[in-house]
Amino acid sequence: MDNNKTEYNSVQYIVVNLGDEQYGIDIKYVDNIVRLQKITRVPKAQNFFNGVINLRGEIIPVMSVRKRFGLEADIFTDKTRIIVIKPEQQEAIGILVDVVKEVVTLKEDQIEKVYADGNDEKSKFITAVGKSHDNLISLMNINGVLDFQTL
Amino acid sequence: MDVSQYLEIFIDETKEHLQTLSEQLMILEQEPKNEESINEIFRAAHSLKGMAGTMGFKRMQHLTHMMENAFSEVRSGNLNVTEDLVDILFQCLDALEAYLDLIMDSADEGTEDNEAIITRLNNFMSGGSNAPAPVAKAEEPKKEEKPEGGSPNTKNIKLADFEIHAINEALEKGLNVYTFTVYVDENCILKAARAFLVFKAIEELGEIIKSNPSVQDIEDEKFDLSFDLFIISGESIDKVKAAIENVSEIKGTESNKISEKISNGVITEEKPKQEEVKETVPATTSNVPEKPKTAQAPANKTSGKPVVNRTVRVDIEKLDVLMNLVSELIIAKNGLVSVSATEGNGENSQSFNEQIEYLERVTTNLHESVMKVRMMPIETVTQKFPKMIRDLSKKLEKQMKLTITGEDTELDRTVIDEIGDPLQHLLRNSADHGLESSELRAERGKDPVGSIVLNAYQDGNNVVIEVGDDGNGIDVEKVRDKALEKGNITPEQAETMTDKEVIDLLFKPSFSTAKKVTDVSGRGVGLDVVKTKIESLGGDIEVKTELGEGSTFIIRLPLTLAIIQALMVEVGNEKYAISLGSIQTIEDVEKTEIKYVHQKEVINLRGSVIPIIRLHEVLDIEKADEEADTLTVVIIKKGDRQAGLLIDRLIGQQEIVIKSLGKYIANSSKLISGATILGDGEVALIIDANTLV
Repeated sequence: MDNNKTEYNSVQYIVVNLGDEQYGIDIKYVDNIVRLQKITRVPKAQNFFNGVINLRGEIIPVMSVRKRFGLEADIFTDKTRIIVIKPEQQEAIGILVDVVKEVVTLKEDQIEKVYADGNDEKSKFITAVGKSHDNLISLMNINGVLDFQTL
Repeated sequence: MDVSQYLEIFIDETKEHLQTLSEQLMILEQEPKNEESINEIFRAAHSLKGMAGTMGFKRMQHLTHMMENAFSEVRSGNLNVTEDLVDILFQCLDALEAYLDLIMDSADEGTEDNEAIITRLNNFMSGGSNAPAPVAKAEEPKKEEKPEGGSPNTKNIKLADFEIHAINEALEKGLNVYTFTVYVDENCILKAARAFLVFKAIEELGEIIKSNPSVQDIEDEKFDLSFDLFIISGESIDKVKAAIENVSEIKGTESNKISEKISNGVITEEKPKQEEVKETVPATTSNVPEKPKTAQAPANKTSGKPVVNRTVRVDIEKLDVLMNLVSELIIAKNGLVSVSATEGNGENSQSFNEQIEYLERVTTNLHESVMKVRMMPIETVTQKFPKMIRDLSKKLEKQMKLTITGEDTELDRTVIDEIGDPLQHLLRNSADHGLESSELRAERGKDPVGSIVLNAYQDGNNVVIEVGDDGNGIDVEKVRDKALEKGNITPEQAETMTDKEVIDLLFKPSFSTAKKVTDVSGRGVGLDVVKTKIESLGGDIEVKTELGEGSTFIIRLPLTLAIIQALMVEVGNEKYAISLGSIQTIEDVEKTEIKYVHQKEVINLRGSVIPIIRLHEVLDIEKADEEADTLTVVIIKKGDRQAGLLIDRLIGQQEIVIKSLGKYIANSSKLISGATILGDGEVALIIDANTLV
């Protein structure tokens, strides 16, 4: 009974690095992880969009989470990956990350909610922090990250 | 009976029948004696009635029934087709369309009885035909409302004169006439449904000429446990009896054969009625020559609708999938082309190239075929216009005629669905604002009948639709004054604006020049809506006008929305595609030929001054190297305006598949209309040249 309960309440996250920080992305949103490929710049787009890529015949916009989060610009290495995210009922979008590290399973008691500060637009990006092997992982709120309305 | 699954079919078929009715009525108005049209109308009305009845749309059924009656009168020569009659019938059509609209929205026909129209129709028939006609009307076999208080005994049922005639007629032809009393099981819950099944069973074998109570009452379950029927059939009495008793919950039948003619003194008056029955025969036999039985006439009439094209209805989504697959194939082919271009020279390269050319031919043909499947003739939209113009002509009290040419020009289904309203608007516009009144036209020495022309034709990768009239044309000065008055432009602007710019004001929101607001047009929503709609379809609209001579609106639409021919260009080190449709020429221009006018760069190309747009600046691309002495300029056009796009290098012409950039990326300037995947897998953006001119 207890076992079932814990399994039911655990969530898998893909852990990525952006600079020195670790971020977690709920695996249910992740459609694909691809290597860096040529990104076609789109003129007049929002500054945090690097452009678009061709993913098996589909045009996918690619966003720099670093720019979105207000971090320093991306440095492209051979570890840079594009994580293709497919939120429910929405179009796919790629986000650039420095390194994809691992997949962790976090139980409910390892996740701590971070309460949003209504004045800070960026606070809607991270809604919780996970603890795994003494590491702190900021868990991305995908819907917040993809909410471009308030900009 | 659950008929909801047939609703879609019902709606489709009703549309078709209404269209037939409308077309044939137009013909009939011109040639009141056209028998073919009369028959066609009668059949369409009859089928409509049957369908509406089956679906349980009583009001619709009633109305079509009245129309059918009117036409049976016309057919039998009792009633002449006059303008008034056609008017009433068109009103009926409008009412039927209203029903259909309601049904499409809510699967219900609503509560409008259209009594006024029915009464008019009735009055018309009683006024315009011989004395017995109106009585006979109410007695038509399927639906008489005669107060019939008699006992269920069939012998006592009062037959209307024409029914007697039908019986006599049948007997003369050697057919059998039976009377049946059908008893329904007392535990039967859905008596009407059982009765319906009985009717159906009989209709397969013969014709029901009379029922007591009336069909309407039986359908409404207004009968006890039995009902009486008069049946004409070529089959034996046992067979009919078996067919009826075969229906479950039918307890039994009492049957009788009428073998002697029923005689009375009213025959002479009823002559025309006899003809009606006779006329059914040739009509039916021509449809089913191998079954020349009179009794089968009604059953066959239902299926005797005009021969439709041999088609299969295909869900548009399936076509979209097919289209996407073709797109993929073209991308793959482009990939092979680019591989062969980079890795030429090999021994096998010649045969490799041949195969690629073959593949190219196949994919292009496949693309064309799939496109053609999605194509529909513009006729599907324009066929309702003649009636609309006719209505407008009455309403506006102007004489006008509509000429439609090129209605077989084909357009993508998605465009067809959207283009109806804008065209309708333009036609109304022509009728209301464009054409002068007949008196004025006569004064000006024009034909008092105004002419409106709708012409469609294909022009390269575009389809052009022109809507023109020979009316007054657009009075540029009046528009200018109006714009000033409304504050759309300042007096200074008014001074400097060209006629063309003034006319373009017509496409601005809330700009209507109609002096008085009519309910035809001139409500302030107008040409701007038309323009927005057409632009959303990737097309554009312009207007040519000559004061006193008339004006023509010219709509230009892309043939296809998904795959286009494009010119690939390089700016900086980025690749862009420009639709070939908007490119006029490509010019090599010496650097020194660029001149400045009002601090703007222009070139003088064969006498016309064309502004230069540096794509680097528009697209925020850093200019890397020193500018060469000879520049490549792509001249683009939109209507009669031109602009020259300065680019770095031409790559070539290519067939490209248009893909959307998605919703995330803000594209407020609409400069980039989409993206495409090149042969090497790279993404190139498509520049919408229309936004630059």
